[in-house]
Parts: sequence; C-alpha cells; structure tokens
Amino acid sequence: MNVRVFAFARLRELLGERHRELRLDDGARVADVWERLEREVPELASLRASTRVARNGRIVAGDETLRDGDELAFMPPSGGG
Amino acid sequence: MLAIAREPIDVAAVEAAVGAPEFGAVVTFVGRVRQRADDGQSVDGLTYEAHEPLAVETFERIVREQREQHGALEIAIVHREGVLDVGEVAVVVSVAAPHRREAFAACAATIEALKQQAPIWKKERYADGSARWRENSR
Repeated sequence: MNVRVFAFARLRELLGERHRELRLDDGARVADVWERLEREVPELASLRASTRVARNGRIVAGDETLRDGDELAFMPPSGGG
Repeated sequence: MLAIAREPIDVAAVEAAVGAPEFGAVVTFVGRVRQRADDGQSVDGLTYEAHEPLAVETFERIVREQREQHGALEIAIVHREGVLDVGEVAVVVSVAAPHRREAFAACAATIEALKQQAPIWKKERYADGSARWRENSR
C-alpha cells in the first residue's frame, strides 16, 4: 500500500521535503513509518517523543494500523502565537 | 472567521467579524513579532509554518470549548503564515460576548489554547544571521 507523509517545521527540514509517498507492507503501523524515516535521518530519534502524528486529520497513537491512501502528518510541538 | 493568512492581517476586519449586536463586549488580542527572544537574543523576524486544515479545525474546536464554558459568544481567530518582520501582527483573536467578564476570559483562554494546540510553528531569525525553531513552553 501507499501512504502520503507530510512533515512540518524542524521535521520537514531534517527530512529535506514537506511531502513524500511511501510504499509499505500491508498491516504497517504509524510507528513503522517513523522508524523508516528514522533509519534515513537518525537525528529524528531524539524528536520522536515530542512528535504528534495526525492520520487523515486526526491525532493518533503509534500503534494505529494504516490503510492504502492514508495521509500522515508528523508535527513537532506547537510554536504558534 | 477562523483562518491562516499569508498576507498581513487587518485587525479591524477580524474584530468586525464578531460584530453581532447582541454582544456588548469585544476583547481583541493582537500578538506581534517581538524584537527580543525570551533568552534575550535580538530577533530580525519570524517565519511561521502551519498545517492549515488541522490548524483551522483546532481553532473550531477551541471555539466550541469556549462556548461550552462561557455560553453564547463569537470568536474570530486569524494566524499568519510566512515571513514576518519585527512589529508585524502574527495573530489576532477577537471575542464578542454579552458582557466583558466572559469576553476577557474567553479571549485569554483562546490564545493560550492556540499556543498549546494549534499545529503552527515558528522559526526565529536572529540579527547574527542564525535561525532556530522555537516551541512554546508548556
């Protein structure tokens, strides 16, 4: 299956792009996506605990199972205002 | 009016958006880009980035929560995205309520909730040419 991954702010800079498509095995979870990104960019490891993930616009936990076509947003702690 | 803006914010227009005549009190918070960072560094400006659909949804949820707590009121929230200079308006929250007590309380609670919950990020640019992402303290 394919999912679309968006990253913001510091995470976007570390990944080098705001958006990418990933091909995953069926049954993959949110945490699997993060682990794949972390293998590519080891600096992400220290940001994992503070990162919120939205799946199709809803904040989810790492053990959430993904479906084909899902959109994931990886978001650092807020800095607005 | 609940929005992310890419152009300078017209404060009067945000306030006018909560103009229903049954509300006698209007409280507006205007957040501007400050010249000094909290650690004292001299700031040249800020760059804001937002997850726009989720930010607007977060604004909607904050408004619902304030209505549950304070009863009938109107809230307008507009936050900038993009590159801002010192002194530019970064965020405007306007609250209209029947009386001042609820208007003040809801305005304060709304900006605090926005700072904690809205998927919006800022990068401070410093006079020495460096830059750094800044998270809000909890």
